[in-house]
Amino acid sequence: MSTTSAPRRTRGVSAAAPPARQPGSKGSGRSFGIIAWTVLIIFSIIWLIPSFWAIKTSLTANSTASLGAIPIVKDWHLTTASYQTLLKGGDIWQWYLASAVTGVVTVFLSMLVCTMAGYALSRMKFKGSAVMMGLIVLGVMIPGQVLIVPLFALLNQLGILGTYWSVILPQVPQVLAVFVFKHFFDSLPKDFEEAARIDGAGYWQTYTRILLPLSRPVIAAMSIVTFVGVWNNLLLPLFVLTNPKLMTIPVGLATVQGSFGQRYADIQASSILGALPLIILFLIFQRQVVEGVAGSGIKG
Amino acid sequence: MSTTTAVARSEETGRGKTGEAAPRETRIAWAFLAPFAVLYVLFLIWPVIYMVISSFFNTTLVHKGLGSFAGGANYAEMLSKHEFWVAMWNTIWFTILTVVPLVLLAFVLAILANRVRRGQWFFRLAFFLPFILPSAAIGIIWNFIYTPDSGLWNQVQKWFGNDSPSPVLATPHLAMIGIAIATIWWTIGFNFVLYLAGLQDIPRELYEAAAVDGATPWQQIRSITVPMLSPTTQLVVLLQIIASLKIFDQVYLMTGGGPGISTEVVLQLVTNTAFTDYRVGAASAASVLLFLVILIVALVRVAIDRIRSRKEA
Repeated sequence: MSTTSAPRRTRGVSAAAPPARQPGSKGSGRSFGIIAWTVLIIFSIIWLIPSFWAIKTSLTANSTASLGAIPIVKDWHLTTASYQTLLKGGDIWQWYLASAVTGVVTVFLSMLVCTMAGYALSRMKFKGSAVMMGLIVLGVMIPGQVLIVPLFALLNQLGILGTYWSVILPQVPQVLAVFVFKHFFDSLPKDFEEAARIDGAGYWQTYTRILLPLSRPVIAAMSIVTFVGVWNNLLLPLFVLTNPKLMTIPVGLATVQGSFGQRYADIQASSILGALPLIILFLIFQRQVVEGVAGSGIKG
Repeated sequence: MSTTTAVARSEETGRGKTGEAAPRETRIAWAFLAPFAVLYVLFLIWPVIYMVISSFFNTTLVHKGLGSFAGGANYAEMLSKHEFWVAMWNTIWFTILTVVPLVLLAFVLAILANRVRRGQWFFRLAFFLPFILPSAAIGIIWNFIYTPDSGLWNQVQKWFGNDSPSPVLATPHLAMIGIAIATIWWTIGFNFVLYLAGLQDIPRELYEAAAVDGATPWQQIRSITVPMLSPTTQLVVLLQIIASLKIFDQVYLMTGGGPGISTEVVLQLVTNTAFTDYRVGAASAASVLLFLVILIVALVRVAIDRIRSRKEA
């Protein structure tokens, strides 16, 4: 979806779906529908199996889970023992804390600086705007993960290696968020701002009192997308957070497979606990997540 | 549809404005831009420059500064190293294994899902949910599915008559395929959603007109949907190739590059060289080489765009 056309589009995908049956093609329309349904159902079942397998295993005793697939399928004495072990064990709470702190702070700072940049690029005429726009276009093409080594050296020189800041600051400048915000601001009518200007409001007041409240849905969508990205980032915290007490969820989960040995139910339960906040977030904000992802068009 | 057109458009408007810039507004604009610009230059532009510079030096993590000048030695070392070419081939092999099914399958599933009237939310949930899970959870879930002999994957193979199925992740020629399958499962939702969004941009009247003319759903898909979706397809293919070339997480979590170095990828070689051998200079050279491959892919897309627009004009 083009970011520009996003705001005026109707919400539900089904609203734009073509009519399923038309006079003249009734027979083939129906058989097409049946085939479409069959294919979709088969693939969605295949797609759901791994998740269900992880959930089922996590609710099975460790002793059964280590025996293999057939015993896991046959055993229906479900138990939450693995979840209890993990939640009492303590490590997962530290991971949650690290992921929540880095996620929330990054999203807050990122939305602040990216909306400000988007506002300047959308509303102001200034020297150097072409240069900045060119730099940002260039940034879209830079694959961030490839920069892990120079980034590490930089964070080391800045003296923030091993702190939360080393995970937060590199993820604050989200190039695509700037694009999305700029285009959203471009699509807004300027009447409110002009009225505010007449009332004596400066640029900062216009930004905080008019633009930010108007862009709440876009900010929400971009916040969620950014939060998911930060929460799931493995590469950066893996190498820059050297202190094991500051492990984020992905880094913590990466250690689980080695340290838990044959406790397969515990291992699966930890993966589900690690993903749970995102699953809840997704189920509540499904529309914003999907629109945010499709709207930004590029991720990573 | 494409973000790149959006990018190009905003570039134009940006340029158009510079002519009438007032000094006061310039100052205010930069005040608003500064926080983003500083962080952006520091954490994205500067690392690119530092990567290129340090690739010509014997930079290490042990000593401060760039170290002694190395000329092209780091590049010569990488380009003559067997491990580098294995890692580069593995990265490209993974890209081939994932891009084709991730684009084709997402395309087909999105077209079908767009046609069904009820239950679309269910398919979107089923295909998209894995995409928001952390790669670490994906690694855990699929490692367990691939457990040798008694795991779900090998068990299913036994039901289909293969009495001694190979352990997927421990067999050199199967390990990367196993990683690719997990990746397809994980990320198809992204392409699926991009295609669904692209499908919404096709005017409904086209289908109505075709249906009045008696076109069957198959004919409508072939002559309307597929051609109208081609900008989306171009974008999806480009994004997918770049995403696949950056592969690191799944390999790190599922095989660690093994068995042997049969699944080692470039980004892993980079991190090993930097963080195990402390050789930043050599690691930067490998990064630059991967960076160039990704850049070439992006430039090919730009070139295709140019040729196409010239033909249309």
